[in-house]
Amino acid sequence: MTSPSWRGPSWRRGAGTSSGFSRLATGLLPAGAHRSRSAVSATIAVGGGIVGLIVAVGLLSLVWTPYDPGAIDPTSRLQISSGAHWLGTDKFGRDVLSLIMAGSRTTLVVGVVAVGVAAIVGVPLGILSAMVPKWWGEVIMRANDLLLAFPALLLAIMLTAVQGQGVVTAMIAIGIASIPSFARVVRSGAIGVMKTEYVLAARAAGRRPWAIALRHVLPNVMNLVIVQASVSFAIAVLAEAALSYLGLGAPPGTASWGRMLQEGQELLFVAPRLEVFPGVAIALAVLGFNLLGDGLRDRYDPRLRDGR
Amino acid sequence: MSMPVGPVPAASQGSAIAPRDTPADRPADAPDFPVPDDVLRVDGLHVRVGELELLSDVDLTVRRGERVGLIGESGSGKSLTALSIMGLLAESLVPSGSIAVTGQDGRHTQVVGAAERDLAALRGRDVTMIFQEPMTALNPTMRVGAQVAEVMRIHRTVPDRHTAAARAVELLDRVGLPDPAEAARAYPHQLSGGQRQRVVVAMALANDPALLICDEPTTALDVTVQALVLDLIVRGVEARNAGMLFITHDLAVVASVCERVLVMYGGRVVEAGDVQQVFTRPRHRYTRGLIGASDLDLTRDDGRLYTIQGSVPSAGRFPHGCVFRNRCIHATTECESLPRWEGTGPEDGFACWHPVRVQDSQGVDPS
Repeated sequence: MTSPSWRGPSWRRGAGTSSGFSRLATGLLPAGAHRSRSAVSATIAVGGGIVGLIVAVGLLSLVWTPYDPGAIDPTSRLQISSGAHWLGTDKFGRDVLSLIMAGSRTTLVVGVVAVGVAAIVGVPLGILSAMVPKWWGEVIMRANDLLLAFPALLLAIMLTAVQGQGVVTAMIAIGIASIPSFARVVRSGAIGVMKTEYVLAARAAGRRPWAIALRHVLPNVMNLVIVQASVSFAIAVLAEAALSYLGLGAPPGTASWGRMLQEGQELLFVAPRLEVFPGVAIALAVLGFNLLGDGLRDRYDPRLRDGR
Repeated sequence: MSMPVGPVPAASQGSAIAPRDTPADRPADAPDFPVPDDVLRVDGLHVRVGELELLSDVDLTVRRGERVGLIGESGSGKSLTALSIMGLLAESLVPSGSIAVTGQDGRHTQVVGAAERDLAALRGRDVTMIFQEPMTALNPTMRVGAQVAEVMRIHRTVPDRHTAAARAVELLDRVGLPDPAEAARAYPHQLSGGQRQRVVVAMALANDPALLICDEPTTALDVTVQALVLDLIVRGVEARNAGMLFITHDLAVVASVCERVLVMYGGRVVEAGDVQQVFTRPRHRYTRGLIGASDLDLTRDDGRLYTIQGSVPSAGRFPHGCVFRNRCIHATTECESLPRWEGTGPEDGFACWHPVRVQDSQGVDPS
């Protein structure tokens, strides 16, 4: 206990020392080993835990739910929580817990596809805009701004009018609306990477632009993409709920948290739990992905990383 | 003087040195195409950005097996010259003049105005470059072995991926990395600065280039590592009988590595010649000041070190006529017109109206 306090908490110091020793001993550490001590912050742990729980529940619902989430049972309508129905039943007698479990699947699928669409289009756009001559980069980014300025909900309504209501429409609408944020984040990162000496060195080694984009720029903006994906996922969860609530997303009969909110709305004063349970599920999912995104950003943002 | 000692061969020791005198088969005036011995011939290179002229009338040659230094303060146009030779200038910079490169197979390439496709074939094979900062010259997300293998795969100098990987380990061994197989699997952040620069050297030598350009390759390293890396570079270049263009502001390094030297200031070559000659009997006032400023044994009457007064103007702010005249205590009205190149050719001469005379250079005052 004689150690001076300015050296930081003892557990950190201990960890640092041992990693220092192991580095001396082995000469070359396996990738990322020296980072591991600060890798899992509380934010990442909590966010990742919530996200993991939702994924686990979604997977579980594929093989088992307490009741069939679609089974209508007029004899057991609007029951309160009990041993048979932990979270009660809705106005059609469906088991709320089963609905929430099955609804997590919709949430996850919509999120994954929407974020996937946004990343697949947005990331190449961002890298391209950083590598083409400045004038063309500006054109791409102004088009991007145009998309950013377009209200996402209006886009969804338009797409519904063309394609009809459905989960697929919701996914595409959310995905398109998320493209600009990916393109922007990736562009700013890629511009930085393009100025580095290793890109200059790659050009000096005779590397062609597309190979530089794939092998040098993309891997070095991947951390930004992961963070953005996590943040966009939270937005997608909320957007799916909003669209389903408005009747633009999941069709009747599909288990969806947003749809549950809409169906329970008229009974708000009779059975408020029908709003509370899906509401809590949505809030938890958004919180989980946001915490994960924040934690990952703190860990991967180069401006913050240097300070540690 | 902080001369790196140790295994760095002194200029006089280099055995495979090109003759100091102009070969007999070489015409006095510049030929239209490079003579076979030249790996690099730059003729009347200008680089402009808009109205500003960043490089003016740069002439320089590097022969096979010859090590040429390019010295000058920051902002004198050294790195710009290197980037011009690589064809890596930013879009807004417009080169003119001639840069002829002769590859290992004897092919000539004119870099100025060449298509990007031809330049890509040239870079990394015939001409390679070592950059200043070993911390950032390697991709942090790729294993170093893969990066060394990549430069060979780009130009297909090895038949397949396995050969490339094996060659990469061999090269890492040859640049003195302990346990090269393990090092090949490491990421750049797991290596020290000196080890990283060794990897960069391995990459630069992987394809047996005809010309190696080093842009301050050891400036970011500490002095003991500096000597080792310099030795590595020089031995690698000698083994391949390649030409080397060595850019630095460290005169001691030039003295130990190079045979010939060019002094740049304000985007112009102000003096050129044999290293021995330029360092012991400088003729241009700027060279004299540069050498005086690096000599720690020389002090002024008040005990301070000699300096060159003022600082390097920003690009395009150099005076017309002699670019050095606003910092030169010998400047007269004559210096307002551009001084002629006095000497036997682009490899030996100077451009100064008031050169240092022999009796001056024996004196102490380097101003």
